[in-house]
Amino acid sequence: MSEQPLYQVRDVVRRYGHAARPAVDHVSLDLAAGERLGIVGESGSGKSTLVRMMAALDRPTAGSIRFRDTEISGLPERRLGFLRASVQMVFQDPRSSLDPRMTVGASITEPLRSPLLRRRAGVPADTRARLEEVMAQVGLDPADARRFPHEFSGGQRQRIAIARALAPRPQVLVADEPVSALDVSVRAQVLNLLADLVASEGLTLVLVSHDLAVVRHLCDRVAVMSSGRVVETGTVEQVWSAPRDAYTRTLLAAVPRLPLP
Amino acid sequence: MKRAALVIGLVLVAGTVLTALLSLAWTPYDPLAVVPANRLMGPGPGHWLGTDGYGIDLLSRIMVGARIAVLVGVVAVAIAALVGVPLGILAGTAAKAERWPRLVADVVMRGNDILYAFPAMLLAILLAAVLGGSTATAMIAIGVANIPPFLRVARAATLQVSVSDFVTAARGAGIGRFGIAVRHVLPNIAPVVAVQASLAFGMSILSEAALSYLGLSTPLPTPTWGRMLNEAQPYAWSDPLLAVWPGLAIGLAVLGFNLLGDGLRDLLDPRLRESVQ
Repeated sequence: MSEQPLYQVRDVVRRYGHAARPAVDHVSLDLAAGERLGIVGESGSGKSTLVRMMAALDRPTAGSIRFRDTEISGLPERRLGFLRASVQMVFQDPRSSLDPRMTVGASITEPLRSPLLRRRAGVPADTRARLEEVMAQVGLDPADARRFPHEFSGGQRQRIAIARALAPRPQVLVADEPVSALDVSVRAQVLNLLADLVASEGLTLVLVSHDLAVVRHLCDRVAVMSSGRVVETGTVEQVWSAPRDAYTRTLLAAVPRLPLP
Repeated sequence: MKRAALVIGLVLVAGTVLTALLSLAWTPYDPLAVVPANRLMGPGPGHWLGTDGYGIDLLSRIMVGARIAVLVGVVAVAIAALVGVPLGILAGTAAKAERWPRLVADVVMRGNDILYAFPAMLLAILLAAVLGGSTATAMIAIGVANIPPFLRVARAATLQVSVSDFVTAARGAGIGRFGIAVRHVLPNIAPVVAVQASLAFGMSILSEAALSYLGLSTPLPTPTWGRMLNEAQPYAWSDPLLAVWPGLAIGLAVLGFNLLGDGLRDLLDPRLRESVQ
């Protein structure tokens, strides 16, 4: 592990309007390059808000988020190119994260055509070649690039969203509940695809999930969030075998287990 | 049932537009030729709708009137949409932004409210007083008066689209505010704008008729539906059909555009809700 973490999140607070309680409440955490961090917690615990701020899609009310030693929380959009090229996000529901009026190919190559990202070192310049490459990587036929999202199933659409995230060759992949909107039958396929891609591309992963089994399958470190706070962090084994926090124990107890035969 | 309304709307609109186009090439009689011998003829084989107080063929005048109505409608709706939609998108995307873009959006919206509150007819009379009554005056007056509904509709639809994940995803892909407006917002609000355009077209035909009835639109001698109504006034008791024909033309055209607009809305709304193409 390098001495300087990739991400340094310090005392970050996000308050919406005049809500009584901040969505994210003084959260601090580090993320090293190559790490696979899972963020778990029940809905409303602030995990999505946290990763959106890390991807600079939302702004902290207070606190600091540094990426590669650069403060990102106050940067205007036009100076976020370095972050956008390195950090890409996969959203929960591909039915809403893909523009219904844009072809799949146009959606996937959107980051490559962005004025902020194109011609940036590391971002592929040959849009068409990269499109075919990432579509093949996520198991889609590149010939389908001209189709529209509604012509695909939920699982395929999430593959499209993953292809879009991969297109600019990011270093970090942020996945916000990437399978919870999908049919149970295709969840495993999409999770395995993510695991394969993270391994083959050497990606740093931030995975948000309320499903502990998913986190266990994909991550090596886990942060448990409750009411906007991180109540526990540790390696997956640590947290699983010896949860220190009461809330974590409750969460673990809620995992359905099949009786051993 | 709803499909029927859409189809009737389409037929009426197509009828109006085709009549207007046909009038460019052919009318049964010269719509300006005064023939005193033929004054106030009833409908018959020679003149299908009869003739007016100058002996001019009414069908020919209705056809030329359709041309003016459609022309004014097209230009007025274009003015309203070209001004209202971009401003509406601007106001919609800036509504959640910080500081000055939101200030701009607020100013735009308040300006729009003021324009909305200003009576369209008064605006037209004012314009006609300044520019003189002409087809262009009617186009500008009706176009400007129609900006506020376009702006509101575009803003509301933009607000709806702006919260979609695909807009956030586009931001994450490094697409700027302008790129998002053009590539994501505009295509997704287009159906709503199309509905508004159809309804506004109907309204503008009605407004044009009112303006030309008052003599604030297309000058003499070109026949318009509003002017025909005006000219029919002295004969209201003796020859009521003179007013019935242009009234029917106005009514059917407006009805057509309204049915088309409503039908389009019914057709497009469920698909919008599912956000499937």
